[in-house]
Amino acid sequence: MKKTYKIEVDCANCANKMEDAAKRTEGVKNATVNFMTLKMSVEFEDGQDIKAVMQKVRTNCKKVEDDCEIFI
Amino acid sequence: MSKKQKKMLFRILLTAVLMVLLHFLPVAKLLRFLLYLIPYLVIGYDILIKAFKGVKNRQMFDESFLMAVATVGAMALAVAKDGDYTEAIAVMLFYQIGEWFQSYAVGKSRRNISELMDIRPDYANIEKDGQLEQVDPDEVEIGTIIVVQPGEKIPIDGIVINGHSSLNTSALTGESLPREIQTGEEVISGCINLTGILKIQTTKEFGESTVSKILDLVENASSRKSKSEDFISKFARVYTPLVCYSALALAFLPPLVRISLLGLSADWGDWVYRALTFLVISCPCALVVSIPLSFFAGIGGASNAGVLVKGSNYLETLSQTRYVVFDKTGTLTQGVFQVNAIHHNTLPEEKLLEYAALAESASSHPISKSLREAYGKPLERSRITDIEEISGNGVIAQVDNLCIAAGNAKLMKRLKIDYKDCHHTGTIVHLAIDGTYAGHIVISDIIKPHAKGAIAALKSAGVHQTVMLTGDTDAVAKQVAKELGIDVVYSELLPEDKVTKVEELLESKSPKEKLAFVGDGINDAPVLSRADIGIAMGAMGSDAAIEAADIVLMDDDPLKISKAINISRKCLRIVYENIWFAIGIKVICLLLGAFGIANMWLAVFADVGVMVLAVLNAIRALFVKKL
Repeated sequence: MKKTYKIEVDCANCANKMEDAAKRTEGVKNATVNFMTLKMSVEFEDGQDIKAVMQKVRTNCKKVEDDCEIFI
Repeated sequence: MSKKQKKMLFRILLTAVLMVLLHFLPVAKLLRFLLYLIPYLVIGYDILIKAFKGVKNRQMFDESFLMAVATVGAMALAVAKDGDYTEAIAVMLFYQIGEWFQSYAVGKSRRNISELMDIRPDYANIEKDGQLEQVDPDEVEIGTIIVVQPGEKIPIDGIVINGHSSLNTSALTGESLPREIQTGEEVISGCINLTGILKIQTTKEFGESTVSKILDLVENASSRKSKSEDFISKFARVYTPLVCYSALALAFLPPLVRISLLGLSADWGDWVYRALTFLVISCPCALVVSIPLSFFAGIGGASNAGVLVKGSNYLETLSQTRYVVFDKTGTLTQGVFQVNAIHHNTLPEEKLLEYAALAESASSHPISKSLREAYGKPLERSRITDIEEISGNGVIAQVDNLCIAAGNAKLMKRLKIDYKDCHHTGTIVHLAIDGTYAGHIVISDIIKPHAKGAIAALKSAGVHQTVMLTGDTDAVAKQVAKELGIDVVYSELLPEDKVTKVEELLESKSPKEKLAFVGDGINDAPVLSRADIGIAMGAMGSDAAIEAADIVLMDDDPLKISKAINISRKCLRIVYENIWFAIGIKVICLLLGAFGIANMWLAVFADVGVMVLAVLNAIRALFVKKL
């Protein structure tokens, strides 16, 4: 299961950090953040509640980069 | 400008004005400090908050932290000496200007590039009770009849059921000549209707249409990261902490050494100042933003030229291409059979073609189709009687009460007719009328007009070897290769042999030199995916090719291959320029800072100036017209 979300972030390094944070989130198989198109695509592990996982992804991203937003 | 950017611009201007005013205000000591604190907080409050939050979340080493420590440190030094506060504020100010510029430039190029790729149709027209109604293309079902007016984009793939027009395909193919379209022909979404009203019966859903597929592909392209991008994000991860610890060492070690070992005064202020300079220089943002921006611009520019690149990594590999392997048919040649020449004809060429076309009119073989096309006029089938088809030989038919025999050499031998052999390569159709030889027609696959120029362009683009693979006979293959100037030919290959040949080539070259395979996407998907880079050409509408290839040329002009390589070279050159330039300047400034030669002003240039220059340089990758 793969989904793409629109994000808002100001700097490229912050985007890289968000990518790391998303990858480390439980239930996420893989994640890429595209700074140029401002999109995050997340591949979920099987049988995960996508909404709950995305909430965690958002919290984790906010921890590394306070000034970011993910439009879930 | 976004709201955020406007607010930032206001803060920047306000700070600059305050700084000028304060410069002329005759105050001293504490009051001066408090007054200077105002512009400092105006420009830097968000950075300070961010740095604080970063520390709280154990994300110490980010840019905000560096800037906060550096400027707070500089302020503290200034307080201690009752000296110059401007430096700390200026550092913060320039840092913010840099950030503002970066966000403005990136936002701007993001919009520019998106506009280049703007082929997304906003609506589809459906006729309802004689009125046109605009609906979301997503809601149109397969088989619906949509109306496309002049000037509108075709929203969904389909077949024209009424009307004729010319289409502008440049958004898809980069080809500027309009394409004529008639009733019954297939059209692909994303083209712009130029002249007439078209009624189109859709054959696909919007999500499956060409335009959606292409948009999807291009938008996701920069998510596949190149090695350079990976290198930079790894570099940034190591670099920032490293500089922080070095700064810490620079602040404490030299003074301690001076006191304890050399017996000199510690000069704390001096060394702390150097350490702070270090921190200012250290931000990795120039690198981190300019590399993906270069790739994004390169991919955007390429797609504008009709070259779809599926990822930054492929752009990188393409730039290292030294071997280009072609599939002959459909790539270097048209893949359609055409009458090329008529020899030894006793009748006028036109007449001979007419007889041949009539005699072969019952056959559906591609050869007879090409005869009919070359003749070009409608055939009166009533003129033909008694068609006898001799399998593997040809046909004998009565046309206008003449006995026409049309076929290969075997047929002529069978009929015991003296025929003349042809030295041309291709399929030969001999003709005999009432038992006498009347000449032969040469039918062959024709070479694309730009094929020769394309091979030459590849050579000048630095490709070492061009290879052609074909299932065709050796004679045909050699002739084509000679005409085009191709280095190596492998002929009479079955589709699976092509994979083996490419694998052999892959093994024989050094891993740094990349091999690209160019095919037309028809039954060469396995080879496309096996090569370092698979290039599919003329693939409009062919889903399999778009899936299998790494790079898709929207039209079938082989010149685009060298163009694609040149685009990738330019993009990678810019990427390396930026990497070396940014790292180089930073290292030099770090050294100067450590020895106390560089002050904070130079440090701010090393940070902001380099970033601005790198971003401007990255945007150059967008311009690919002249390549």
